[in-house]
Amino acid sequence: MSATAPVAEMAPLELLEGSTAIARAAILSNCRFFAGYPMSPFTGLLENMAKLMPAAGGVCINAESEIEGVNMVIGAASTGARAATGSCGQGIALMQEAVAEAALNETPLVIFNMARNQQDYFQCTRGGGWGDYRTLTLAPKDVPEAVEHTQLLFHLADKYRAPVILYGDPLIAQTRVGVRLAAPDLEPLAPKDWALDGTMGGTGKSRQVWTWAMGKVTDPGLGPDGHWRAVADKFEMIAAAEQRWESAYADEAETLVIAFGSAAKFTEYVVDELRAEGHSVGWFRPITLWPFPGAALAQATRSSRRVLVYELNAGQMLDDVRQFVHDRDTVRFIGGVSIHESGLSYGPLLDAPVLRDRILAAMAQPTER
Amino acid sequence: MSVINTQTPPTGPAQKVAEFHTPLILGEHGLCPGCGEPVALRILLETLQELNLVQRTIGVVGHGCYGSFVRIMDIDVLQCLHGRAPACATGIKRMRPDTAVFTLQGDGDMVNEGLQEVIHAAARGENVTCILLNNGVFGDTGGQQTATTVLGQRTKTSLEGRDAEKHGYPIRIADIVASVDGAGYVARGAVNTAREVMRTKRLIRNAFESQLAGEGLSLVEILTMCPTGWFVTAPDGPDYLESSMTAAYPLGVLHSRSAEAN
Ligand SMILES: Cc1ncc(C[n+]2csc(CCOP(=O)(O)OP(=O)(O)O)c2C)c(N)n1
Ligand code: SF4
Ligand SMILES: [Mg+2]
Repeated sequence: MSATAPVAEMAPLELLEGSTAIARAAILSNCRFFAGYPMSPFTGLLENMAKLMPAAGGVCINAESEIEGVNMVIGAASTGARAATGSCGQGIALMQEAVAEAALNETPLVIFNMARNQQDYFQCTRGGGWGDYRTLTLAPKDVPEAVEHTQLLFHLADKYRAPVILYGDPLIAQTRVGVRLAAPDLEPLAPKDWALDGTMGGTGKSRQVWTWAMGKVTDPGLGPDGHWRAVADKFEMIAAAEQRWESAYADEAETLVIAFGSAAKFTEYVVDELRAEGHSVGWFRPITLWPFPGAALAQATRSSRRVLVYELNAGQMLDDVRQFVHDRDTVRFIGGVSIHESGLSYGPLLDAPVLRDRILAAMAQPTER
Repeated sequence: MSVINTQTPPTGPAQKVAEFHTPLILGEHGLCPGCGEPVALRILLETLQELNLVQRTIGVVGHGCYGSFVRIMDIDVLQCLHGRAPACATGIKRMRPDTAVFTLQGDGDMVNEGLQEVIHAAARGENVTCILLNNGVFGDTGGQQTATTVLGQRTKTSLEGRDAEKHGYPIRIADIVASVDGAGYVARGAVNTAREVMRTKRLIRNAFESQLAGEGLSLVEILTMCPTGWFVTAPDGPDYLESSMTAAYPLGVLHSRSAEAN
């Protein structure tokens, strides 16, 4: 299953940089508030938002820190507006208290992690806040998919009243490609009758957005125990309902390569090349990093003799692969930390010939079964 | 006036000396006897009523003893993270410019944890009203030193009294905000006497009027009694406030854009 937002086939094809395409997709999804703090490669998205928001009747604020940016977004979202922020690495790390808060007080918001590499996998999927929460994370493989995912994320954030993440990277932020942009066509959602509009004061039914959900003395809420159980149940439900993945040749390949995001795009290319040369190889791509498509991975690896994990970090998704793979002994890590000398992007390991060599080297090793 | 002995429980139960009603308060507060914060809440809510703002107001409440007011105030409220109320208020006001937006914060919340928030919100000229309940301690966590604790004040983290050499000087946040170009109205009041309560209520009213006139950020700092955190008896709280705090934090209007324009 790889259900994503319907592609706008009728819209004209435009040559756009990823940051511009994502900003426009967000505005087409009715995002009307954006706040962020510059950090490469996220900066382009912030600049595009600053340029495009006023004409859409929205607001973009160059916040004084990531902490304030994300808290402004919580405020905006608490009124029912669609709101987003973004950053990468350290900037997203600064936001973690607020991400947990949004999860627990149930304000929907979208976080664009335009990451410098793939080292933020744990940050996105485990989170650095506190409490029993998760962040639904979509990892597009290229700019057109980032556009689809952006629109889908605003929808899912509202549907589940939760913070959600787009895991981008320098290639997605800064590559110019042809994309089609149109307003998304997604299932209608319930009205936001929880949102603060200021009108309920003095009625005895004034609204609260509150992590502790204690309600009023005249109308008690669930309180932390009941509310946080309900939130935990909600994330369990999302975990079951929202797993997305894509794979090719899994049933007929001895070797299966697992990769996400841009690395998966390179993997697809290399696997096609190797197959054309007669090698028995396939690929599997988690599209949602959380919820991780564990059952699908278990199924896809049932007949694999080698499961190769290719990610541009020291082995973070590797934990999830090991958790769900059909046979743990088949797993080999062929990724690694690889950073461009600027520190702002990928190093030489994200390259088709290098990946090809690593896959071939792994395939030359004996298998466990 | 002596510092109370906290080793033994009080000798008698707390007694209510006066009853105040506003329809926006849904029930009893759970704060200490002699606490100044419920008085500040009452005049804030009365002001909203008098300005006919009740059904177009959103409050943003930080973390301190006043946080429990969320349970008793009949106003749309976002309970935000410690220190972040001015940022949240910014997002709210920008999306709902027709509402009156206020923050309710303590000295620990605004001047310690969230110092940059209020200054930047003022610099942006956000049309929100920030209410600072300054009691010079972290009341909620049991009476530790905050950025506004006055010199000489004994707290659990300045046991011999705040000493500038050891603990630094208190920050006068209202003076700082008053000096920021985007501020519309800044004033400091207190709730230790009936007269100051009435005066402070006028300051709150001025602040909301400034917000509605779009003058920029308004801030009303209210000196409030915290007998528990000061280790004095409830009846001694008001005098203790007068003798310890008002010299460091002079009362009055510090900045008014409309007054300066006239
Ligand atoms: C991030 C974070 N750090 C610490 C706390 C603990 N905490 C809760 S209330 C409070 C004190 C608040 O002091 P103040 O704002 O002056 O309010 P008061 O209780 O004095 O009215 C603190 C430190 C918290 N809730 N969140
Ligand atoms: S500790 Fe201080 S601020 Fe808190 S309720 Fe008691 S008197 Fe009020
Ligand atoms: Mg305090």
